[in-house]
Amino acid sequence: MSKDIKEYLRLDKFPHIWCPGCGHGIILQAVLRAIDRLQLDRDNIAVVSGIGCSSRAAGYVDFNTLHTTHGRALTFATGIKLAKPELTVIVLTGDGDCSAIGGNHLIHAARRNIDLNVIVFNNSIYGMTGGQYSPTTPTTDYAATAPYGNIDNAFDLCELTRAAGASYVARSTTFHAAQIPLLVEKGIKNKGFSFIDIITACPIYYGRMNKMPDAVDMLKTQRDNARNIKQWDIMTAEEKQGKFVIGELYNKPAPEYTDAYRQLREKTHAL
Amino acid sequence: MPTLAKTGNEAMAEAMRQINPDVVAAYPITPATEIVMIFSQFVADGLVDTEYVAVESEHSAMSACVGAAAAGCRVMTGTSSQGLQLMSEILPIASALRLPIVMCDVNRALSGPINIHCDHSDTMAVRDFGWLQIFSENAQEAYDNVLQMMRISENKEIQLPGMVTTDGFIISHCMERVETIDDAAAKQYVGAYQPLKSVLDLDNPITLGSLDLQDYYFEHKMPIVEAMQKAKNVILEVGRDFGQKFGREYGLVETYKLDDAEIAMVALGSTCGTARVIIDELRAQGVKVGLLKIRVFRPFPAEAIVAALKNVQAAAIMDRSDMYSDQGGQVFCEIRSALYDADKKPLLANYVYGLGGREICLEDIRRICADTQANAAAGKVKQLIQHYGVRE
Ligand SMILES: Cc1ncc(C[n+]2csc(CCOP(=O)(O)OP(=O)(O)O)c2C)c(N)n1
Ligand code: SF4
Repeated sequence: MSKDIKEYLRLDKFPHIWCPGCGHGIILQAVLRAIDRLQLDRDNIAVVSGIGCSSRAAGYVDFNTLHTTHGRALTFATGIKLAKPELTVIVLTGDGDCSAIGGNHLIHAARRNIDLNVIVFNNSIYGMTGGQYSPTTPTTDYAATAPYGNIDNAFDLCELTRAAGASYVARSTTFHAAQIPLLVEKGIKNKGFSFIDIITACPIYYGRMNKMPDAVDMLKTQRDNARNIKQWDIMTAEEKQGKFVIGELYNKPAPEYTDAYRQLREKTHAL
Repeated sequence: MPTLAKTGNEAMAEAMRQINPDVVAAYPITPATEIVMIFSQFVADGLVDTEYVAVESEHSAMSACVGAAAAGCRVMTGTSSQGLQLMSEILPIASALRLPIVMCDVNRALSGPINIHCDHSDTMAVRDFGWLQIFSENAQEAYDNVLQMMRISENKEIQLPGMVTTDGFIISHCMERVETIDDAAAKQYVGAYQPLKSVLDLDNPITLGSLDLQDYYFEHKMPIVEAMQKAKNVILEVGRDFGQKFGREYGLVETYKLDDAEIAMVALGSTCGTARVIIDELRAQGVKVGLLKIRVFRPFPAEAIVAALKNVQAAAIMDRSDMYSDQGGQVFCEIRSALYDADKKPLLANYVYGLGGREICLEDIRRICADTQANAAAGKVKQLIQHYGVRE
């Protein structure tokens, strides 16, 4: 039986810090819907976040929560998972948090295929500190640190984590809000490193600096540029220009780290 | 000299513009973000000749600074709190390699729990890394100190990195009256940088930071010890010259109505401004109270402090951070140690206050002064260490 998702929120922590039009709330409610569908015991859920507007989400949800330092959510989460493999560990993080300052941890957590569920609130910018470009800011886009356009190449975080060893990789957008819980649900069910990249809007910084100050316009852009995986697979390279793929991008069970660790312990203790 | 309304962050960014460093590498963090953001706009607008490196963490920022400084560049950066901690691995390398990097450091509490407001625990945590440290009382001082720090750091005898600090939000974000110096005068005051070494000098190849074990490591630490000793005089010279040229003289410490004082407050940073108000008020009532402001924390001006406090009966030592050693704050420990050999010394009480941005108001200073008066009258200290203003 489905609960009102408000039951999962620490409403005494409201109002939240997110600006009007910010997409972070859409992601949070979608994640809560997934948890609700799975009917998980909330005492067995640990939510870990780093630092950023997105990472504030951990403070608003009524589970075991750990708000850590910028970039390190995955390392804290790895510790939790190794100590208590029976917990469902969910990492709520930003694109800056997990791929700039914490990029190293992202590839290594994926490489180990440790059973963590990472949901990236990917707004292509450092929202919290005022709109500096992040590793997912598209080339030529504007940011506070790129007033004449960004010259860096952007990471495709799904490609990155898949190549690094994640066993479940998916992407969606805040426009496709109804799709997010399905992806999160499958990610949580996957025993291994699940990486879910959600494209979201920061109208205040990214939007304003890229001539899209209206949050609804940003949602429309997500709608216009996202292509479902089935469609994507038959598109030409030319058609893919400026577009991105959404849906379940990779799902292939692989040996999980805490399992392998337990087996090793059993083997060595038996000696 | 134009008088402008500036926040502490704007004042520091302005000093950076006038210094026109070759390289700035930085990563944003509240409440210091604005300093480097404003500066990056100067770069984008072509107002400075700086290469601005937007890195992906403070660890990379300080590493890039070390690399650029080793290549003979004038280098600056800015950060705060967690960012400063993340630089920690590289900070002692900068001093060991004698690289005069100057940092604008905005004091902010350390995680956890996460907090963005002022205390001194971030800066105090890195006090033993061979960096010069100067605390500012307001935006004016922040501006003046950055200009001076560049000269102190780059002095041939010193060649040490330095951080100029302001108090998070209290100074960094408050708008104040700031008298700036004309660009040409500022440039002349700071002087052109002549690096003593560069890894890019192909005629004189050098190696920096190579493996150094039981054989020479110890010897290679001694130049930092010596440079810190010499820095005291250099800081005084540079501060005096600043006074002669621009009318605001600076020393290692500053005294306010302390000459005939029977009781004293000793503090760093913005709290000194609050203390001055109460000192004036108490003086009007006939209480002989004065302030000792510690401007320079590294090198530690022990001699100046001993001299300044010699006729004081009781002093309140204000620490905006704790060492968690059961011995009070860093300022207290160092002052107590400095006074050990003094013939004449005051009774000391330590007030650890303001952690995580807890306000220190006029009434608080008034109360602490009353405590100090009572200690002086009783001839003994009622409570050695107090965590002042903590709720039950
Ligand atoms: C070590 C450290 N450096 C810098 C910061 C400042 N900081 C806080 S959040 C943030 C960027 C956040 O960007 P992102 O993770 O993309 O999240 P968003 O705010 O966009 O949701 C930065 C640089 C910090 N908290 N700690
Ligand atoms: S700054 Fe951007 S990311 Fe942060 S809450 Fe506002 S809209 Fe959202």
